[in-house]
Amino acid sequence: MKLHEIRDLLQCEVLAGEDNLSVDIHQVVASDGMSEILAFAKSKELMITGLTNIQSIRTADIAGVSAVLYCRGKRPEKKVIDFAKEKRIPVLVTKMVMFDICGVLYNRGLKGVS
Amino acid sequence: MAVELLRESYEIQGKNYDKAGEVSGEIKVLLRDLGIDAVNMRRVVIVAYEGEMNVVMYAHRGTLTLVLTDRDINLEIADEGPGIPDIGLALQEGYSTASDEMREMGFGFGMGLPNMKKNSDEFRIESEVGKGTFVFAKIRLNANA
Repeated sequence: MKLHEIRDLLQCEVLAGEDNLSVDIHQVVASDGMSEILAFAKSKELMITGLTNIQSIRTADIAGVSAVLYCRGKRPEKKVIDFAKEKRIPVLVTKMVMFDICGVLYNRGLKGVS
Repeated sequence: MAVELLRESYEIQGKNYDKAGEVSGEIKVLLRDLGIDAVNMRRVVIVAYEGEMNVVMYAHRGTLTLVLTDRDINLEIADEGPGIPDIGLALQEGYSTASDEMREMGFGFGMGLPNMKKNSDEFRIESEVGKGTFVFAKIRLNANA
């Protein structure tokens, strides 16, 4: 699924990487624990988290995920968004809660990594 | 004998959460510029990042040394800090001594050391309570080619 399809499906606002939404997403990893993201993340993957500090983008960069989606309408500070832009990682935010986001994406055929 | 090609040391400040992860970010850029393949680069930077976070969260200060040879990448992380009383327990997934502050940073769920071990071909921890901890990790460059 393309990232811009996920944006439309979850009614996301794009905070970084507006020009990079044609990236293909194959799998999803969802957690507020960064080590869990690191343990299960793959490339071509969407990372869903409620953690909005600088470590969320640092973890996304280290794990090599394709994009970050913040849930529950949580918005990171400007320095976090700037860091994502520097690392060329698209960042989206939706008002939906993590459980519902995962349900919607799962119904559309996306799976987690096990 | 493996031929050493590059050795870089990085200082890590304990409790400096703003800078936490910068060393690992630098290492990622360095390895990418050196043309290390994506799978091995990912394993090295995950080990480096979890190790760096452990130093930031638990220790006063530490040093991460990266040694690249023609066969492997070695990471040596040495810190001055509280040490680990029971290394076997610390290596168990889910075991954690993290504070609320660490958990707010998204860490401290008992997966850091297991993640480091999982991504290494050789992994060793030595620790002395009240003095500090030394972690050695080797990632073989041909193991996943």
